[in-house]
Amino acid sequence: MLELNKEKFQILGCEGQNADAIMRPNITYWQDAWRRLKMNKVAMFSMYLLLVIILMCIVGPYLRPYGFEEQFIELANTPPTKEHWFGLDQLGRDIFVRLWKGGRVSIAIGLIATFICTVVGALYGGISGYLGGLVDDVMMRIVEVIVGIPYLIVVILISIVFEKGLFSLILALVLTGWTGIARIVRGQILQLKESEYVLAAQALGADPARIIIKHLIPNTIGIIIVYMSLNIPSYIFAEAFLSFIGLGVQPPNTSWGAMAAFGQQNMDFYPYQLIFPAAAISLTMLAFNLLGDGLRDALDPRLRQ
Amino acid sequence: MTRYLLRRIGYMVLTMWVIITATFFLMNTLPGDPIRNKAKQLPPQIQQNLRKRYGLDKPVHIRYLIYLKNLLHGDLGESIEFPGETANNIIKEKFPASARLGLQAVFFGLIIGLILGILAAFYKNTWIDYLVIFIALVGVSVPSFVVAALIQKYLAGGFFPIVGWPSENVWFSGWRYTVLPTFALSLGSIAIYSRYMKSSVLDVINQDYIMTARAKGVPNVQIVWKHILRNAILPIITILGPQIAGIITGTFVIERIFAIPGLGEYYVASINARDYTMIMATTVFFAFLFILSLLIVDILYGVIDPRIRVTGEKR
Amino acid sequence: MERLLEVRNLRVSYHTYAGEVQSVRGVSFTLDKGESLAIVGESGCGKTVTSKAIMGLIQTPPGEIKKGSEILFQGKNILEFSKKEWQQYRGAEVSMIFQDPMTSLNPTMKVGLQIAESLMIHRGMSKKEAFKEAVKMLEMVNIPNAESRANQYPHQFSGGMRQRAMIAIALACNPKILIADEPTTALDVTIQAQIIDLMKELQKKLGTSIILITHDLGVVADIAQKLIVMYAGQIVERGNAEELFYNPQHPYTWALLRAVPRLDSEKKEDLISIQGTPPDLIAPPKGCPFASRCQYRMQICDEVPPPVTKISETHEAACWLHHEYAPKVDIPVGRGGVL
Ligand SMILES: Nc1ncnc2c1ncn2[C@@H]1O[C@H](COP(=O)(O)OP(=O)(O)OP(=O)(O)O)[C@@H](O)[C@H]1O
Ligand code: SF4
Ligand SMILES: [Mg+2]
Repeated sequence: MLELNKEKFQILGCEGQNADAIMRPNITYWQDAWRRLKMNKVAMFSMYLLLVIILMCIVGPYLRPYGFEEQFIELANTPPTKEHWFGLDQLGRDIFVRLWKGGRVSIAIGLIATFICTVVGALYGGISGYLGGLVDDVMMRIVEVIVGIPYLIVVILISIVFEKGLFSLILALVLTGWTGIARIVRGQILQLKESEYVLAAQALGADPARIIIKHLIPNTIGIIIVYMSLNIPSYIFAEAFLSFIGLGVQPPNTSWGAMAAFGQQNMDFYPYQLIFPAAAISLTMLAFNLLGDGLRDALDPRLRQ
Repeated sequence: MTRYLLRRIGYMVLTMWVIITATFFLMNTLPGDPIRNKAKQLPPQIQQNLRKRYGLDKPVHIRYLIYLKNLLHGDLGESIEFPGETANNIIKEKFPASARLGLQAVFFGLIIGLILGILAAFYKNTWIDYLVIFIALVGVSVPSFVVAALIQKYLAGGFFPIVGWPSENVWFSGWRYTVLPTFALSLGSIAIYSRYMKSSVLDVINQDYIMTARAKGVPNVQIVWKHILRNAILPIITILGPQIAGIITGTFVIERIFAIPGLGEYYVASINARDYTMIMATTVFFAFLFILSLLIVDILYGVIDPRIRVTGEKR
Repeated sequence: MERLLEVRNLRVSYHTYAGEVQSVRGVSFTLDKGESLAIVGESGCGKTVTSKAIMGLIQTPPGEIKKGSEILFQGKNILEFSKKEWQQYRGAEVSMIFQDPMTSLNPTMKVGLQIAESLMIHRGMSKKEAFKEAVKMLEMVNIPNAESRANQYPHQFSGGMRQRAMIAIALACNPKILIADEPTTALDVTIQAQIIDLMKELQKKLGTSIILITHDLGVVADIAQKLIVMYAGQIVERGNAEELFYNPQHPYTWALLRAVPRLDSEKKEDLISIQGTPPDLIAPPKGCPFASRCQYRMQICDEVPPPVTKISETHEAACWLHHEYAPKVDIPVGRGGVL
């Protein structure tokens, strides 16, 4: 038994006893998010994989001494060799060079379309939610109408009016794609609008544009990033589909979708012509999706503990 | 509910009108006219007659009104590429194959996806869960045309034919032809549904009302059926709409690869041939289908979720 | 008197990434037929976990009921129940009302059916009979237009009505024990009083034993005969209502009593909240868990857990102040919690 010493029975009180509880390091939202993302090995691996893919798209075409349109007719349909790492297609073009060249288009479409959609949608949703009332009503009715329009139809119409190709594709994806983010941002804004610091800013006479840019957007940025990261792959996918059915990127330019379409025709005899672009699409999609999931886990305030 | 429904239908009509109008004016303000493209070699007089026949001699706004009027009567016009063929007939002939493929893919994808999602949630962190995660990842990463191509190469000569479609459109005849295309088309949906369903089930399991049910002594099987699944399926319905859109897009590709005589493949062909009537007709038709399916999904949601049934508002 | 429930040395832990959270650390008490017992304590002290353990609702994993714990219902250890016994026990013998009425009803099932469900399971009633009975239950908990209300969904009910519906569900099969986990916390003050009155009335009528869980001593004053004060997963003081309100013997109880808002006081300052936060249950302090917030803390309190001192046959407190060496202190709260 412990010996009970009488001296130990003197009232000391509890001053300063809880100090250690308050001393916890105060980390910001972004530090916390980054810490959580770093702990997610799958997401980090995906991020590095994406960086490698993007890097290859930038430097890849210069690694071999062939142009992406350059034809070696006599070597057409040659499987991978020492000179032509990924082989040649049925027109005798080097697939390695074309793959990275096409990757530029695929990834660029995903990035550009997502970026424009996000800016347009965030502004639209921000304005709609912030102004509220009749303006909000009208703006949201417009969104509801646009949501009903399938993007494929827009792509087709636009590619008929303009030319088939990059510009039409991006335009069509943007025209139909911005509504999702607009709705999300509007919902967030409606919530935040009631919060104290915005009321305070309003009381101090800040003008609406300033409040949106300084207070509201930063607070919704987490959700926007998550949405973007999941949008990029869906646009890359859309491009691949459209190019596959001949409505996307037109020759001589190329993309992964176009290459896959080309390779699919030769699938029976020269499977490698499909496999390289298909693998490129799949790996990129996989990495973007996994990274997007990781970002969602890391950034979503509702999941934050 | 009635008010809600009327509002939804109102939007549907409005959206249709926007699509029709936009499509019409885009088609009709294009440089060059379809007759000149098609019949360059014919004498001007015949070209003129042809124009008259397609109503192209009238000013654009009159043509627009005529088009709307015909549309209200369900008349989609006459093909320019194949004179004498009406768009209505072509759609009637080509659509059943697409519809069958699409519907089969939607239902197959939904059922398999839901089952996988439920299994993954109840057997979390077991091999079943990991298998479902793997399928979901493959499903969202590999485009359906790649899946289709791989199926064709590696399942050739097997029990299921890799090209073609039952010629008679009797639903059960030649079902074997439909198996592989349906599978290729629905893999993406399976992936999405299983993922959403899994997280939805996990979400519901942790809700207080499940605890209430357990505290009442409700047997496990009943808790799963009556309390968990119904609540877990609700949020899934919201992604049905976009998924159906994806299926419609997907049929274009799958029809091409499996040589299925459907409307999607025809649509692409008419675009390449610049057959304006057919483009218009098919666009309107597909848009209608798409919007209709969104509407059905909405109604379904209202029927299943009592919170909407009564107030007519989503939360 | 017939002994219904006996909890012996209950210890429950949750295994989390951060470590093992020792939510309940050796809790023991008994409940007799017709008795009402209140468990009082701050947020996070383990009240809900204790009641979930009694209902057999601790999810394992991440939860774990530690070896040596015993929960005896009419003399039988429920931790050794078979699946069938569990089903008979839950809902029919013991039932529970949860903290938040907004989330504890199934949003896609008619309220009447949610009440009828337990009747169908335990009484073997047909759906129609059970639904009729459910309407009667809704009447009993004072819901007007019970017939049409039974056909509505939870979102059509107000918070107070939902909690009444929960009470109806819990009492549907006339259980021997009703555990009410902070049944009024999520409601506003006037409704709180109504719900408590309703529970009192029903207890009288049906003779149900009640375990009422709350963090507000004011609520239990006139419903509970027996009180338990919990802190950081342990019982720090127990006694009957009179003893705890008029002769509290633990510094934590004193603090709680001072935190009770008094209807007759206008001044805000009268409401003293307890300074500081409860200890981390992953690494509970080795001495008295309340030490870091206790005005009377002594060196010994940091080093050795305080022993339980019997003050009367029914009254016990775990505090070093009752040791013979300790200085004598006056109870700083007046009789009945008046300052
Ligand atoms: N599922 C769980 N996983 C991890 N820890 C848990 C879990 N459930 C409860 N705990 C922990 O157990 C401790 C006691 O929780 P409990 O819910 O019993 O508190 P309470 O007394 O009911 O509080 P309140 O008044 O807020 O309801 C808390 O520290 C809590 O963090
Ligand atoms: S044991 Fe010590 S620290 Fe704990 S309550 Fe009693 S006096 Fe306070
Ligand atoms: Mg609790």
